[in-house]
Amino acid sequence: MKAGDHAGPPRPLRRARLPLVGARGPRPTGGGPSWGARGALRPLALVFFLLCAPAHAVVDPREMLPDPAQEQRARDIGRGLRCLVCQNQSIDDSNADLARDLRRIVRERVAAGDSDAEVVRFVTDRYGDYVLLRPPVNAVTIGLWAAPALILLAGGAGAFAYLRRRRAATPPEAAPLSPEERARLRHLTAE
Amino acid sequence: MIPELGHFALVLALLLACAQAVTSLVGAQLGERRGALLIAAGPPTAIGGAAFVGLSFGCLMWSYAVSDFSVANVVQNSHSLKPMLYKLTGTWGNHEGSMVLWILILGLCSAAVAWFGGNLPASLRARVLGVLGLIAVGFLLFTILTSNPFERVWPIPEDGTDLNPLLQDPGLAFHPPFLYLGYVGTAVAFAFACAALIEGRVDAAWGRWVRPWTLAAWCALTLGIALGSWWAYYELGWGGFWFWDPVENASLMPWLLATALLHSAIVVEKREALKVWTILLAILTFSLSLLGTFLVRSGILNSVHAFANDPDRGVFILILLAVTVGGSLMLFAWRAPAMVPQGVFAPLSREGALVLNNLLLATLCAVVFVGTLYPLFADLVLGAKITVGPPFFNATTFPLFVPLMIAMAVGPLLPWKRADLWAALARLRLAMAVVAVFAVVYIAAVDRALLPLLGFAVALWVVLAAATDLADRIKLGAVPLGDSWRRLRGLPRGAIGGIIAHAAVGICVAGIAGKGIAPERITLLRPGETTTIAAYTIRFEGTSSVAGPNWTGTEGRLVVIRDGREIGALTPQRRFYPVARMNTTEAAIRTSGFADLYGVIGESTADGATVVRLHFNPLAPWIWFGAVLMALGGLVSLSDRRLRVGVPARRRAPVPVAAE
Repeated sequence: MKAGDHAGPPRPLRRARLPLVGARGPRPTGGGPSWGARGALRPLALVFFLLCAPAHAVVDPREMLPDPAQEQRARDIGRGLRCLVCQNQSIDDSNADLARDLRRIVRERVAAGDSDAEVVRFVTDRYGDYVLLRPPVNAVTIGLWAAPALILLAGGAGAFAYLRRRRAATPPEAAPLSPEERARLRHLTAE
Repeated sequence: MIPELGHFALVLALLLACAQAVTSLVGAQLGERRGALLIAAGPPTAIGGAAFVGLSFGCLMWSYAVSDFSVANVVQNSHSLKPMLYKLTGTWGNHEGSMVLWILILGLCSAAVAWFGGNLPASLRARVLGVLGLIAVGFLLFTILTSNPFERVWPIPEDGTDLNPLLQDPGLAFHPPFLYLGYVGTAVAFAFACAALIEGRVDAAWGRWVRPWTLAAWCALTLGIALGSWWAYYELGWGGFWFWDPVENASLMPWLLATALLHSAIVVEKREALKVWTILLAILTFSLSLLGTFLVRSGILNSVHAFANDPDRGVFILILLAVTVGGSLMLFAWRAPAMVPQGVFAPLSREGALVLNNLLLATLCAVVFVGTLYPLFADLVLGAKITVGPPFFNATTFPLFVPLMIAMAVGPLLPWKRADLWAALARLRLAMAVVAVFAVVYIAAVDRALLPLLGFAVALWVVLAAATDLADRIKLGAVPLGDSWRRLRGLPRGAIGGIIAHAAVGICVAGIAGKGIAPERITLLRPGETTTIAAYTIRFEGTSSVAGPNWTGTEGRLVVIRDGREIGALTPQRRFYPVARMNTTEAAIRTSGFADLYGVIGESTADGATVVRLHFNPLAPWIWFGAVLMALGGLVSLSDRRLRVGVPARRRAPVPVAAE
């Protein structure tokens, strides 16, 4: 997707596109022998590396907006958007073409006077929530966002109950003495 | 021939592991008298098994050292021009080899239990060895059936395809061994937990045996994670040190639970409380270690780290995981209710503080777990693709982390059984005053962003509280200095180790908080042009070509100027590895111990202008210094006499028993 395309109709990113995007990358040489099914997966893994190799000073200064305040806003927005063909990298950290295009789109929208929320909406309208590194709260993610509090409450309730029982507990009774021990005790007390 | 020898040794190790599991478990079940012969067979099989895995590992390493390109694994991960260090470390820089390393460490742990466990009750040792043998059987089967590192290839290629250049680095070369030492160390705690469940009893002695193993595993895991994050910092080239990547989370989760286990085992040992919970923690910690392996190996959560993505193996590991976790949890559900809780204490006490520690650490771990696996869950169950990135983890772990830090300062000052919170806080009044003054000065002089300030404040709080604890214990100031010194020497190593580790957490957190106020500059420079960052002026002097044994590259030269004086130069590189066809960045870092000046170069344009990225990271080195200090605290604690002598003394010399 080139920067100029953004005015076109929304085109949600489908999962099927991911390998397709990957296929554009250079493939490693096929010269060596193949090592069965495992070997077949290697090119794909390599393509991921080649596309996303975190090997560059990303955010090219030539991409930056002239206004530092606007550029800072674009950086902050970019940090919250994921590179769609990488794993767990924001578009600011990725060198992939797609990430570069997204950075350009974000800067165009910021320069056009959109608010941060409008820029993000512009991107999610086209790519879906998948692009957001911070998932929005909705029907799908309510479990995710509620989990920390629920876990803490459940764990806290368990710990509270345990602590109450420990305080109320009577010390365990000493086990009754065995005949030998009783004999020894008699022997000791007789002295 | 050598690879076949290694393969054969691996199969023999599998047979010995089977023997170890069966003889030990059956022998222990028969009882120490009737099963004596079977129990006695356990330790030698464990030691023999370790020797065979060692032989196998040596054979694989040999194949790498001599670049035997008839072995598929060597072809895929090595190259004749690769430096010898990375040839050797390449042995575990790939899936198959790393599994052999995993099994080797497991074998060494088994052998250590067999060798040094003479002071354990015979049946307990046998059961521990039996469970360790079962784990070894699972992993050996997995390796031999799905990930054979000794597979040959025909025709023999002329040269290899090289190791992923990102892995050709000292930090990452030694990252897996430490991490695996940690993962596998939790297997020993797990084996002790299962053995205790089978035996139906847990007592103070059990806690005393589990603690050193957990502590050793925790130290290794701490160092392993620190090495990985240090590598990410200087190699990935954008100055971050933690990305909440699934694979990072996979190592963080066992670490969090191992930290909890470490503390709850103290309660078991000292107060005979929290027994059932401690056993559950041991099971969960190892389960998460296995899950870590699963997450990395199956490729189910693809990430930069996953250098082996193979769903078939994933299914095998999933079965292994289900059997191990499911089996141990069933055992737990069956046997744990029989354990009678003991120990009476008030909620406000050292025990209570350790319960809070466990609650917060376990919750942190659960939050990381949910965040890591939720995208998978949403995809498979809800049919929606979502991303859970760093903003989620930062937002959810921070509110748990701050109370944890505040509490960890107070906890060690509370006495066992029943405590007076106000008395403990009164002892910390000096620390509180210092933190308050620091906060005021910081806001006035440095920065107003809330999160870094909170980070620095809790870091200072934790360090000062550790210092207060130490000062109180040696009565610093209250008695003559010589007496304090004598008291310090008399302190148990366990207490000193704990104080060091707690202070180290504070140091580490200060480093992390420093990243929150780190300025960065990205700019396009022509040779001769300057830019500024923090108090430094940086002059770019152009780029030149450099070459290594298996790479070529460009090196930029950035002269660092402070107060008009040249104080040094940064020489970041961009490397190209022609065989793997990959670029890497080598960041240049100039550190003062208190701050890092961090430079990376990017692409150059036709007229020689180069993208230069600079960071000034105050306190960044403390992140790793703190982590190393944490591990050091663990080691000091590990050297405590009680952990060696306090266990029931070994019988003098085995009295020769006449054959009956």
